[in-house]
Amino acid sequence: MAFKTEPVTINLGPQHPSTHGVFRLKVTFDGEQIVDAEPVIGYMHRGTEKLAEERSYVQIVTLTDRLDWVSSMTNNLAYVRTVEKLANIDVPIRARYLRVLCSELQRIASHLIATGFLMQELGTFGGTPLMYCFREREKILDMFEMLCGARITLSYMRPGGLVQDAPPEFWERLKIFQKEMPGYVDELESLISDNEVVLARTKNVGILSDRVAVDSSVTGPMLRASGVRWDLRKADPYEVYNSLHFEIPIGSVGDTFDRYFVRINEIRESIKIINQVVEQIPTGPIRTEIPYFFKPPIGNAYTSVEAPKGELGFYLVSDGGISPYRCHIRSPSFINLTVLKDLLVGSTMADLIVVFGSIDIVMGEVDR
Amino acid sequence: MTKILSTEYLTTILPDDLKKSVIDIADDCLYIPPQDVLKFAKFLRNDSRLQLESIISLTGVDYIEYFEIVYHIRSMIRNSSMIFATRIFDRSSPKLSSVVSVWRGAELQEREVFDLMGIEFENHPQMSRILLWEGFNGHPLRKDFEYIDLTD
Repeated sequence: MAFKTEPVTINLGPQHPSTHGVFRLKVTFDGEQIVDAEPVIGYMHRGTEKLAEERSYVQIVTLTDRLDWVSSMTNNLAYVRTVEKLANIDVPIRARYLRVLCSELQRIASHLIATGFLMQELGTFGGTPLMYCFREREKILDMFEMLCGARITLSYMRPGGLVQDAPPEFWERLKIFQKEMPGYVDELESLISDNEVVLARTKNVGILSDRVAVDSSVTGPMLRASGVRWDLRKADPYEVYNSLHFEIPIGSVGDTFDRYFVRINEIRESIKIINQVVEQIPTGPIRTEIPYFFKPPIGNAYTSVEAPKGELGFYLVSDGGISPYRCHIRSPSFINLTVLKDLLVGSTMADLIVVFGSIDIVMGEVDR
Repeated sequence: MTKILSTEYLTTILPDDLKKSVIDIADDCLYIPPQDVLKFAKFLRNDSRLQLESIISLTGVDYIEYFEIVYHIRSMIRNSSMIFATRIFDRSSPKLSSVVSVWRGAELQEREVFDLMGIEFENHPQMSRILLWEGFNGHPLRKDFEYIDLTD
């Protein structure tokens, strides 16, 4: 007698602890195998794009903090760069260096969160790697607090430059960070990369081929893990990235392990960039004085930066008024979800959370 | 640096039937009629001189007289990008052919435009609301959207 199973549809979320926000996943199982998966999003839709139409260009900076709340610096950067392109605002060179420095610190913080929570979802060592990651991230947040007084919602950047220069204590703390961080990354990696259990759970799980990744506009560490050497910091250098030397780490298979490994190596490259920035940074002004309410000429602009999760772009349309006519956010977390079904179909129930965790999405950015 | 393909270069390599359909050129943007979007997209994707294989951003702007759908396309192999746009003048039931068959990355973005701007994409695998719930009245990113009073 042939053994017959019936497909069962279950809901993951909307309040599941590993969904990084409010996210629902409708999964259909045939036995233990996933045959269909459909993301249901929008639980955190706050209408950022509509809100932006009624605020002045400077006020919108605070809205961008709340998109991907673990990497506010790069959100600020993407937005202010678009405004600067729209209104032809020059930025002093010291501000450009500080922006790169902040972006790289933020990238480290964001990748630490991604790695820590991936390990947490694997159930490794009762949360030890997560606490290691948070310990290091805390130091970065302390440094951000010295810069602008906030830790998460930073709003440190402004069209034309930055809010204020870094205080002397910041540089002292950064020096300690530069010295200690490489050792901590090695420590974290020694916990994870050679661990039998981690390898068994992540190798060849949730494979994303380079072809599918490029077709589906996947960007960021996910794309690079699939073996595509594409990074906007190299391909279209913004701010001062063309005077800095760093490598683009890539993966070979595109599985969950590669996605983790690319992130760890990107942390190392970010430390390299920070070291160079500290050597090269000139003295000088940090902001071009522009009025609080300014009117860019009629037109539109699109610019994007390499945020920790992928390409974050802003498309602004100006009608000559004090607030944008239209503000579109191209968020990496949202578009990376296109391939979620490809990653999950064929794998088992036990791998679902691990694969989902390796995509590294933040719901504030998905729903906007 | 990513090379932004100039409109002069693009108009020289377009085949004749597509060249005729270009209605307007502004800055780096080519404007094409809505019925030619899919044909145009197929050409950009498959032409060996362009190889524009992924869609960075797809969005809609409500200019009141018309809707403008803007496509930002990129080739990672050639490190080049381009912009094209189309205008839809029908406000009661705006329709456009979907480009998901050409660039799969447009799948969620087209659903978002449908949800917030109310433009229906034909031949899309799943044309339904994505951020707002089924049964929501209206499309919030339209300029004539009336705010709902939630204070009661």
